[in-house]
Amino acid sequence: MSGERGRWAAEVAAIGLLGPGLSNWTQGREVLRGSLPYHSQPTAIPTSTALPPAERRRAVRVVNLAMAVGFEATAGQAADLTDLPTVFASSVADTRTCDELLRTLATPERSVSPTRFHNSVHNIAAGYWSIATGDTASYTMVCAHDGSFAAGLIEALSLAATTQKQVMLITYDLDYPSPLREQRPIADAFAVAMLLRPKAAAGAICQLECALGAQLVTKLNRPELESLRLSAPAARCLPVLELMANGREGSVSVEYLDSLSLAVTVKPWV
Amino acid sequence: MQPVAITAITATSCLGAGLRATSKALRAQRSGLAPCNFETVQLDTYIGQVPGIDERSLPSEISDYECRNNRLALLGLKQDGFMAATARAVDRYGAERVGVFLGTSTAGMLETEIAFRSLDANGMLPASFRYAGSLDFYSLASFVRKVLSLQGPAAVVSTACSSSAKVFGMARRYMQLGIIDAAVVGGVDSLCLTTMYGFHSLQLTSPVQCRPFDKHRDGISVGEAAAFALLEVMGDSNVPGTLALLGVGETSDAHHISSPHPEGAGARSAMQAALADAGIPASAVDYVNLHGTGTPSNDGAESKAVEGVLGTEVPCSSTKGYTGHTLGAAGALEIAICAIAVSDGFMPSGLNCTLIDPECRINYLRSLGDAGPRVALSNSLGFGGTNCSVVIGRLK
Repeated sequence: MSGERGRWAAEVAAIGLLGPGLSNWTQGREVLRGSLPYHSQPTAIPTSTALPPAERRRAVRVVNLAMAVGFEATAGQAADLTDLPTVFASSVADTRTCDELLRTLATPERSVSPTRFHNSVHNIAAGYWSIATGDTASYTMVCAHDGSFAAGLIEALSLAATTQKQVMLITYDLDYPSPLREQRPIADAFAVAMLLRPKAAAGAICQLECALGAQLVTKLNRPELESLRLSAPAARCLPVLELMANGREGSVSVEYLDSLSLAVTVKPWV
Repeated sequence: MQPVAITAITATSCLGAGLRATSKALRAQRSGLAPCNFETVQLDTYIGQVPGIDERSLPSEISDYECRNNRLALLGLKQDGFMAATARAVDRYGAERVGVFLGTSTAGMLETEIAFRSLDANGMLPASFRYAGSLDFYSLASFVRKVLSLQGPAAVVSTACSSSAKVFGMARRYMQLGIIDAAVVGGVDSLCLTTMYGFHSLQLTSPVQCRPFDKHRDGISVGEAAAFALLEVMGDSNVPGTLALLGVGETSDAHHISSPHPEGAGARSAMQAALADAGIPASAVDYVNLHGTGTPSNDGAESKAVEGVLGTEVPCSSTKGYTGHTLGAAGALEIAICAIAVSDGFMPSGLNCTLIDPECRINYLRSLGDAGPRVALSNSLGFGGTNCSVVIGRLK
């Protein structure tokens, strides 16, 4: 098991990233380093080609969003996708489907479509990811409101430590249409995938070490990135990604629950 | 793997509030399912409704969490001395060392459905609507953490019908890593239009009480429940007879989004993983509480999986003919039913199975098994191909 009591660690082998003005980790890393400027643009979610055509046509945004970052993080990695425990972390399900279903149920006919109902479940992206990859290892789907990324990271590290297997973490959030948008103002789609492995190996991006704490959450210095961090629960991981992008050793405190934060220490691979 | 102690457990469903009422109904072979008269729902189906949930609103200090799901959670927490047991765990370990991991697939869906009927002229929701306390799935864990004054890590797991089984594995991993010393785990799901009309649209709701493993079974009865367990690390002083979580196995079908693998491949590997985790042979399992939803595909696939892993002799039953399918709460509810079987010394029978499906080659109990199990296994198999098997029992 990696880590001492109350501290847990894993290696980050690869990252996938998609968000407003962030098209992938290669470009996002340059933005977070400050070597490219940040221009906010609506998140462009590509249609995944990993699903069979029938499923592809029906795939809702959340499925394509999770697939985009998941496959970016596994591209070129020596990971057996058919036996890769995967943790999905999000505060929402497919937000447009949720809105459509609620509107349908408010009509006298209540003619719910079976496809819309199955697309509304929280684990829809997880289910399709397992089908697309043939992954028969377990997946889970955790939610902790604005602390969903931290909850997902804890879960992924605990799985890596106890199974001694590589573990995928996919965290994402989507914007709601109105009127739920006014209740839960997530700005745009944002997703990050991290391929984690329990033991050190060459080529890793860095080591992550985590512990629960009660420190103030670390903010980003650049106002445009700080506002991005606050725009979606999944974007609460940006202080961690900034350390990784800069190849710096350092510690940040990530938003988790009201009385708890997650202290994350990043040690680059040298 | 090192077992963890189950020091308190409770369940509330249409069978009644608390273990005693639940045990009594199981012994009497009395179903809690009734023709659907829920809210404004017009469906020809049976449901497992918990009476009296909406009669009392939440106390003012937690009124931001007002929704049927959280009211049901509170009713559930008040049974079987569960809150007192949690308070003792807090005294023993500290509030920050006790986690909260709960499953739900509905959260405050019902209140959101109702709010959408009264959008204002600008299409906005009524001012009384509280997103974070209702529709947000974390509202359940946030609410329970607040009610129990806990300060440890918390999360909601939402993997459809396996949600509240998976939290047992999650909490145990965190104990193993020393992140926490105890955890409140369980699940709460409440009736809402989304699930009732949704399963109806998939042609998965039965017009009669669900009939798991019957040759003519034709779908589920949707139910609601709150079930909780308090898990605690076990020191070196494993006392024989202690009720414990012995093993958890989790897998995915990777087959189809809404129907199980026809041979039950994922359910099979989940049971095998749970046995391996518990370090016991298949022959050590005395009773299986099946997922047994009463759909043709689920029961057929699950029986093949059980036959493959545990053989055709081990006594099995689905208790969904009593409670309905309580979805995200089903895992924890049925683990609590396994705990009743172990503690009260009987095996629940399957209800509404008049002609057992000859394709299902398992020892399906249709009358009360009067020997109590020492070790029981519970299956939870969900939408999205998610499978979780949990083994509990008394320590030798």
